[in-house]
Amino acid sequence: MQILNPMSARHLLVRTGFTPSENELQAFVGMTSDAAVDRILAAARQNKTNEPLPAFINGSVFKPQRELSQEERQEQRRAQILEGVSLKQWWLWEMLTTKNPLAERMTLFWHNHFATSQQKVVRSVAMWQQHQLLRTNALGSFATMLRGIVVDPAMLIYLDNANSRQGAPNENLARELLELFTLGEASTSKAYSESDIKEAARALTGYSIEPETGAFVFRPRIHDTGSKTIFGQTDHFDGEGLIDLILKQPNTANALARYIVSKLWLEFVSPTPNPVVAAQAADAFRQSGYDISAALRVLLLSDDFWAQSNRGSLIKSPIDLLVGVARQFQFAVSTPEVLVNRAAGLGQNLLMPPSVKGWPGGVQWINATSLLERKRTTEQIFSIGNSMNASSLGMSFDREKFLKQYGATSEREPEPVVKGKLAEAMLATRQVTTAVPSGTVGSAYIRALTLDPAFQLK
Amino acid sequence: MNRRELLASSLAAPIGIGFSGFPSLGFAQKISNQDRVLILVELKGGNDSLNTVIPYANALYAQYRPTIGIKQDEVIRIDSQQGLHPSLAPLVPIWEKNELAIVQGVGYPDPNLSHFRSIDIWNTASKSAEYLSEGWVARGMKNGLQAAAGKAFTSEGVLIGINEQGPLAGAEAISLRQTESFVNQSRLAMPAELAANTSFAHILGVERAIVDAANGLRGDKYAFKTEFPNGGFGQSVQTAAQIVAGQRGKAGVPVIVLSLGSFDTHVNQPGNHANLLKQLAEGLAALRHALTEVGAWDRTLVMTYSEFGRRARQNQSNGTDHGTAAAHFVMGGAVRGGLVGQAPDLARLDSSQNLRYTTDFRQLQATVAKGWWGVNPELVVRGKFDLLPLLRA
Repeated sequence: MQILNPMSARHLLVRTGFTPSENELQAFVGMTSDAAVDRILAAARQNKTNEPLPAFINGSVFKPQRELSQEERQEQRRAQILEGVSLKQWWLWEMLTTKNPLAERMTLFWHNHFATSQQKVVRSVAMWQQHQLLRTNALGSFATMLRGIVVDPAMLIYLDNANSRQGAPNENLARELLELFTLGEASTSKAYSESDIKEAARALTGYSIEPETGAFVFRPRIHDTGSKTIFGQTDHFDGEGLIDLILKQPNTANALARYIVSKLWLEFVSPTPNPVVAAQAADAFRQSGYDISAALRVLLLSDDFWAQSNRGSLIKSPIDLLVGVARQFQFAVSTPEVLVNRAAGLGQNLLMPPSVKGWPGGVQWINATSLLERKRTTEQIFSIGNSMNASSLGMSFDREKFLKQYGATSEREPEPVVKGKLAEAMLATRQVTTAVPSGTVGSAYIRALTLDPAFQLK
Repeated sequence: MNRRELLASSLAAPIGIGFSGFPSLGFAQKISNQDRVLILVELKGGNDSLNTVIPYANALYAQYRPTIGIKQDEVIRIDSQQGLHPSLAPLVPIWEKNELAIVQGVGYPDPNLSHFRSIDIWNTASKSAEYLSEGWVARGMKNGLQAAAGKAFTSEGVLIGINEQGPLAGAEAISLRQTESFVNQSRLAMPAELAANTSFAHILGVERAIVDAANGLRGDKYAFKTEFPNGGFGQSVQTAAQIVAGQRGKAGVPVIVLSLGSFDTHVNQPGNHANLLKQLAEGLAALRHALTEVGAWDRTLVMTYSEFGRRARQNQSNGTDHGTAAAHFVMGGAVRGGLVGQAPDLARLDSSQNLRYTTDFRQLQATVAKGWWGVNPELVVRGKFDLLPLLRA
């Protein structure tokens, strides 16, 4: 246990949410690490949202494709995708305004884990329903979320299960259920074989959707009722039986816990899991009946999480970067649209992950194109001011108020000690560039810090 | 006559005649791997192959495409069975010089009909049910091309007007619209020698790559005599030609990626498709003209690709839906022209009414790896694929 100073409080808040404002940060300074972690977990478990829900969730109409002409299909697709855009914007508002950033981060974590793209699903309401499933269970029971996923209409469409039938099972959902959602790659987890995938696909036949309503439906007539051998057990398994096996068989339960914890590690701690601590977290996860908070609590209180060597060892996702800037500097944002689009331009298009594997993440966020684009974006955001040219981004912030917190003003070059404070507030690790020209005044100094390579780290 | 005028007057000489500034290389002369340039042209959206390279003599073609089919008398015939869309007329001189190969029926097993997924499969040379993140060109770099260069490339690849790294994902590639604006933006990059952790080291490496690329691309523009077509693709072609001309004598830029589209012609295809093919053909013809002008055509290989072809039968909206196999163009001074591989059988469609592929796209990539780069193709396309006779010996 430790008492949080501003640097460690910042670290905890960046990793469990987005870059904090000075006020958010000060609220944690002086707390013990245990109390701080428990406070964050408890707040996020409540998972209250702020903004009025997107309007389409009650009024969206989706007609079965076969009733429509080619033109009508395209028109319907456009309308559904636009409704999806309003969901993205709503979500981004939540990220900007939430008092429980961990809830948003974990919802995004599960969206990346159970990656589903509206490009294929099209149905906006199905995307919303999946979003609710992930949000509701984001820090709760992984078992509940997993049971929800195999009857989730968006997932059944995305992984081609809606038409999977006895005699011609589609293996897509079964394969990803084992490989990406629960057990990890077969060669790593050693918990299942190719034949388990084929048998699991039979168990999932008949898990379909109602074309008119888009609701989940189990179709007994195309479900394979025969006996299947999965993980060495033979029975007339269906989808629920399959999930029970995964959760309860010691071999798969161990593999599942290890796999989920290793993904949480990469998201919250560092690029390289410490096997001893990861095993402790996996035990806590399994023994709690797959309580996600229980696993996360172990990781967030581990020495590895707080180690100096792991500070600034993760790369900000586009959402981290943009929402972090908006929150830290208390930007007034007139519409989330620009931020949603910028994040997409930087490689993170919400509701449209590139594949069922989700966003590759980590170092793959950064290439020459995306790095220059990130810098151009922050440069543009912080060019707000006299010329007003940044109003194209629809964002403004009170520069004097921000700078005053560190004893700086927008018209004067900061004193060396003030420069140090600004760097500590804005960078997760030490500044690389000493190249900020002398004479750079307060607000330009902030802009220059956003161009430092360390600004991409968290 | 000063040097500049001399250069200008020799440039006015007919194409194909070497001149002192840039002697044209006979291919017999050894061209080392690192001087070679691969220019990939992505036909975004899925090009309708059957209306590009047209099986005009097959009665099923007219039957499948009653309103959008190209009429027999409009087809540019290249043999007794196959012909080109009339918009492709600018490619005819290249075909006649035997510098254009047309590879037929290119696809892969278990085709995926999603744009996003299928282009990933092509870009990463993955199997249909396999998700890879590294592009096939990047694997070529790591498995020999980089080492063969002996010194650092200006940039391992340049993508023109494209943000996704595609086949270059995982390589030290940059993307730009115009060289000048990239060089200008590179001021934002801040390389440094310091790395507390792997993430930081990666970022600093990318900062360095940007600065290196900008330094290598900086400099006077070569003044082409070649006229480039108007429009976005013509501009991209011009930028590509500028880069090739400017890299002479340096380790240079071994791979350039261009894109044109959208070819996603579900509705009212004929006019849109004709226009796209016209841009493609005029652009490629200008590219050949320009690279011949600077003596680089013999060391350049141009190859088209696309996520898929389109359905054999037209749809209800005068268009075509997502399909599978498609013909692709390969051209360059070192190319052995002609039709390569089998055209898909129009009478034997698969269960989704799509063409069955006859050549795996990884055969093209493997051929580039082995024949163009001298790299073990199995490391690039992750398996053994038959090579294609695309290059002159």
